Amino acid sequence: MGFVYKTEEFNKVLEALESKYRIFAPVLKVGEGRFRDTDVIRYDYISRIEDAELEERSDFSFKEILMPLSETMFYFTEDEIKEADYDARPVIVLMRSCDIHAVKRLDQMYTGNGPANDWFYERLRDRVKFALIGCGKACPNSFCVDMGSNKTDEYAFSIDMIDGKVYCDVKDKEMLAAFEGAGGAKDNVEPRFVTEAEFRVERPEEVTVELFKDPMWDEYTKRCVNCGRCNFVCPTCTCFTIQDIFYTDNGRVGERRRVNASCMVDGYTDVAGGLVMRKTNGERMRFKVLHKVYDFRKRFGYDMCVGCGRCDTVCPEYISFANCINKLNARVKEVSANV
Amino acid sequence: MNKTSLDTNLKKLKKNAFRVSKVRGETASRVRCPGGEIDVDSLQRVVDIARKYGKGMVNITNRQGFEIPGIDLADVEEVNKALQLIIENRGVNQEDYNGGYPASGTRNVVACPGKQLCPFANYDTKKFAQEIDKAIFPNDHHVKIAFTGCSNDCAHTRLNDFGIIGMSEPQYNKDRCVGCEQCVKYCKKRSVGALKVVNGKIERDANKCVGCALCVNYCPTRAWTRSKEEYFRVVLLGRTGKKNPRMAEDFMRWADHDTVKKVICNVYAYLDEYLDKAAVESKEHIGYIVDRTGFEEFLKYIMKDVTPNPKCEIQGRIYWGGKRYDQGNELRQSMFRFSEREE
Repeated sequence: MGFVYKTEEFNKVLEALESKYRIFAPVLKVGEGRFRDTDVIRYDYISRIEDAELEERSDFSFKEILMPLSETMFYFTEDEIKEADYDARPVIVLMRSCDIHAVKRLDQMYTGNGPANDWFYERLRDRVKFALIGCGKACPNSFCVDMGSNKTDEYAFSIDMIDGKVYCDVKDKEMLAAFEGAGGAKDNVEPRFVTEAEFRVERPEEVTVELFKDPMWDEYTKRCVNCGRCNFVCPTCTCFTIQDIFYTDNGRVGERRRVNASCMVDGYTDVAGGLVMRKTNGERMRFKVLHKVYDFRKRFGYDMCVGCGRCDTVCPEYISFANCINKLNARVKEVSANV
Repeated sequence: MNKTSLDTNLKKLKKNAFRVSKVRGETASRVRCPGGEIDVDSLQRVVDIARKYGKGMVNITNRQGFEIPGIDLADVEEVNKALQLIIENRGVNQEDYNGGYPASGTRNVVACPGKQLCPFANYDTKKFAQEIDKAIFPNDHHVKIAFTGCSNDCAHTRLNDFGIIGMSEPQYNKDRCVGCEQCVKYCKKRSVGALKVVNGKIERDANKCVGCALCVNYCPTRAWTRSKEEYFRVVLLGRTGKKNPRMAEDFMRWADHDTVKKVICNVYAYLDEYLDKAAVESKEHIGYIVDRTGFEEFLKYIMKDVTPNPKCEIQGRIYWGGKRYDQGNELRQSMFRFSEREE
């Protein structure tokens, strides 16, 4: 069912929803960017729609609500453990189509990959519903159309802010009352989706083992500084690492944390005995790229990358992940032609 | 002016920002660009002046100005008229319209590129430099001031009477930290090593931290951010020269904008009072005056009506180093002539 609201009317919708849900949305954090007087868009809780950044893509993704950058799992004393408390209140997350597609990847990794589900992920996941932010234009460096993540109908409701008016398509029956009571006009509303992209990406269908040691990766050994930003902003990266902390005042009690990890950052492939499985940044790039547009597909039948383009935008060395996919595709064709 | 007569008041000429040339009858115009910034119209005017009145060459000065050599002394008035556009575009204070620069004692205020361009800068160096220039110029006292965005000190502020070095106080959001340790690595490799890992999170040695905010630049998760407040390290009385060249020494750290501005402006009253009336060309480096009056007296003047921000820390006593050439200029160890060395 569709509604059109003035901003203040829509804030009444949010107010009504807030009796049950918290609203998690992209927010412009002024002055919190890398450089002096630069900003960053990352997720935070809001109460008014004006506080959400609906125009530009967020620099960091929604995924912090499902896999916090740093999460205490449990506390331990000498012979007991206690799971860390968490905020169980339900959350509505405002996100774009590509990110809603990304949730499927996170679910796949944490709850559809092997015999056991990730308990800590599930308890956070169960309280979350998704609202769609419509896309009036393609984001910089994005290639969602080519990755097929530009459209979705899996949302509780949609939000399109156009000329100061909020257009909503409500699918979740439970939330309908909040929308009906806010005074907006009923209308047929279709969320906006991007259907054309400036930058096109073509994925290889098959990648043969020759590509493993192909010189195409050497470029990234020279250019990449293994900072891991591409992973931390990626809505589909799921890796974490464990920190066991023993409190300094009493070394016999402590906590186990998990923190986001990056396959580009030093330490990721260190194993007992001191072996480092992927030493060069080119090898790390190869692993990441193939995982995003090939290996994951081999296992689950669809590609991991959703084409949001955040990794391109954030790279301090101007490395384009999207362009790397195209280079890979060209190289695959070249190599197979020479066989 | 009669071209055949060279009856020129050089004192006045120099004060009017013209340099005396070794070529008799020639001078050089010194173009003031506060904060090392120039618009293209002004730059074009520099070119035009050099072409019309000079020799078609321009010197880029150490203090981020331009110097147009080869100007005939007879053309000074015309050059001053031509400079008017630059003076206005650059917002430099003036006394007489079309009269050129009214002073040259207080040197061009230097600034590194600052936050408009540089990823590491902690404030707008150019804007602050221009604000200070507005506040102190014109002035005949020999004062050198420079602004730099971070403790890299690309503007070489430590060779100035007042060096202003930008600082940010790093803000740490533990919940966003994944313990990747890049801040620790870069702080150690490129700065002072003020960070360490304790139980997977970062501890900052607040006393050791120089506020360069490298940790902010290198943090991939926005766990580190810059303080909203801009802070400054103020270094004092560095200089080059024949007698005792030396680096400026720390005077304040974590000072705020208003504190810095007042301290700089206050130095002129001190100079009015204590400048050696017999000083050659009525100029001497401030440091030599401080040697006569004692630092306490200098402190009294520059801190007049200054209420430093609460975070600001002040060095109570300063000792400068540098070589004392007036006390001897021997090389320190194993001096030898290369041609006489033992095989």
